[in-house]
Amino acid sequence: MLSELKEQLPAGSAVEYLEKLFEKIEKSRLNAFTSLAKESALAQAREFDKSPGKGLLAGVPIAIKECISTKGIETNCSSRILRGYVPPYDAHVIERLKAEGAIVMGKTNMDEFAMGTSTETSAFGPTRNPWDLERVPGGSSGGSAACVAGGEAPCALGSDTGGSVRCPASFCGIVGLKPTYGLVSRFGLVAYANSLEQIGPLTGTVEDTALLMQVIAGHDWRDSTSAKKGFSLEGLKDGVKGLKIGIPKEYFGEGVDGEVEKAVWNAISTLENLGASWQEVSLPHTRYALAAYYVIAMSEASSNLARFDGLRYGLRVGEDQDWHTTFSEIRSQGFGPEVKRRILLGTYALSAGYYGRYYLKALKVRTLIKNDFQNAFKQVDILASPTMPIPAFKIGERINDPLSLYMADVFTVPINLAGVPAVSLPCGFAGHLPVGLQLMGPHFGEAAVLGAAQAFEEATPFHEARPEVI
Amino acid sequence: MITREDVEHISWLASIKIEEQEKDEFVEQFNSILDYFHQLDEVDTENVEPTYRVVDLENVFRDDVACKSLSQEESLRNAPRREEGYFKSPRIV
Repeated sequence: MLSELKEQLPAGSAVEYLEKLFEKIEKSRLNAFTSLAKESALAQAREFDKSPGKGLLAGVPIAIKECISTKGIETNCSSRILRGYVPPYDAHVIERLKAEGAIVMGKTNMDEFAMGTSTETSAFGPTRNPWDLERVPGGSSGGSAACVAGGEAPCALGSDTGGSVRCPASFCGIVGLKPTYGLVSRFGLVAYANSLEQIGPLTGTVEDTALLMQVIAGHDWRDSTSAKKGFSLEGLKDGVKGLKIGIPKEYFGEGVDGEVEKAVWNAISTLENLGASWQEVSLPHTRYALAAYYVIAMSEASSNLARFDGLRYGLRVGEDQDWHTTFSEIRSQGFGPEVKRRILLGTYALSAGYYGRYYLKALKVRTLIKNDFQNAFKQVDILASPTMPIPAFKIGERINDPLSLYMADVFTVPINLAGVPAVSLPCGFAGHLPVGLQLMGPHFGEAAVLGAAQAFEEATPFHEARPEVI
Repeated sequence: MITREDVEHISWLASIKIEEQEKDEFVEQFNSILDYFHQLDEVDTENVEPTYRVVDLENVFRDDVACKSLSQEESLRNAPRREEGYFKSPRIV
């Protein structure tokens, strides 16, 4: 809990705490971190030990996903094409964290350019799940989730384009929030699919997620999609008495692991015992969400990743020839197979003759999915479902079959299409592997979602379970 | 159906050179993925507007005043090839 850490730090030593974490990380087999910012972090910690500041996160170390720009610290999106790139500026969220006294301790591994569900497409090799080293931590923010679950960092930031915060939170047994689109500035987040993604916290408890949101949310003029809204803790401790929970019938049954489903139903009973009521609802276009999501994400990716040409930053190979040959060679060597697949398919979906069939069609289906959520929230306050249909799978099990990997995102992508907020929090186990409960709310309904999550957490022991990592 | 020639054409459009053996793999994978995407055809989207942005936006204006930007040195620091204070690009024409 960050509140306990914040109490302990001024009496003890931020330097000592940080050194212990670094020591643990250096011995670790998780491969959660891609680089450590030892020098700058320890300098900040020494400063704190001399005179503890009063910021909301004073002296608290935080791990940052590789795709969030950190001034003076390499930011490479776990891609060969960006190796060595050191941003000359901080992302908005990093400015906010620093203003509240947080200490950036290092960068975490991810699927290359956030394209993946397992952190296996990273140029740095896969991150391991602290609950079972043979299994994936989920993705794409796998490093951020694994380091928090494995006790290597007290909290972390990730980004969520189609489930990239919630999936690893679910697989690693921690809390992860995808905020409402526009609530957190994307300034300094390396764009993959900009109409879908948000930066979000990965923490050990709901309260910690709320604390990080208090720091990173809020308007920023440099992101033209940034909402003029902040995040408040109001309502977080109000409990769930009278709360109406919708159970979307399309999120249960076929394709969902039996133990996952059981853990989620137990969680719904717990919420009912705490005073909430539940009813079945329907989100009828759910089965089309995955296809719509991938068409849109790939199309946006093909445009966003056109900037990587080895001119202003990144990989440059061989002698310069004509520009097309040179750029094609750089991009061939710099991108991994999944990134190439998505750029190529996105290029195809946007190309002459196919735009209407794929991209425009997907945007129309997106409208229907968004309407599904709006209709559901006329009947209920929040929705509950499994975050992932399955628990963490084995490293190497799915990586050679892209479509089977995409299928794992079936319950997380609709949220990004609709732009609504959703949290994943631990709600039990399938065998020895954690199961995540997903709670979804209407636009800017973070208070209701986190309030229910907080009440559930107080009534259950799952957030206290931690893996024994050797 | 996507063919080898389609994959070559897309790779040219996207400026990503692909190796011979990658082409066959991509043909197979792209066809199975596009086949999955075709279920979108089942959805009736007559009279449905596309959603480009999920939250309502209004145009943001600001005063047209110069503000601090990166120095030349900072801007060029990450460039793999540079010359006399410029980014060095391959020959365009």
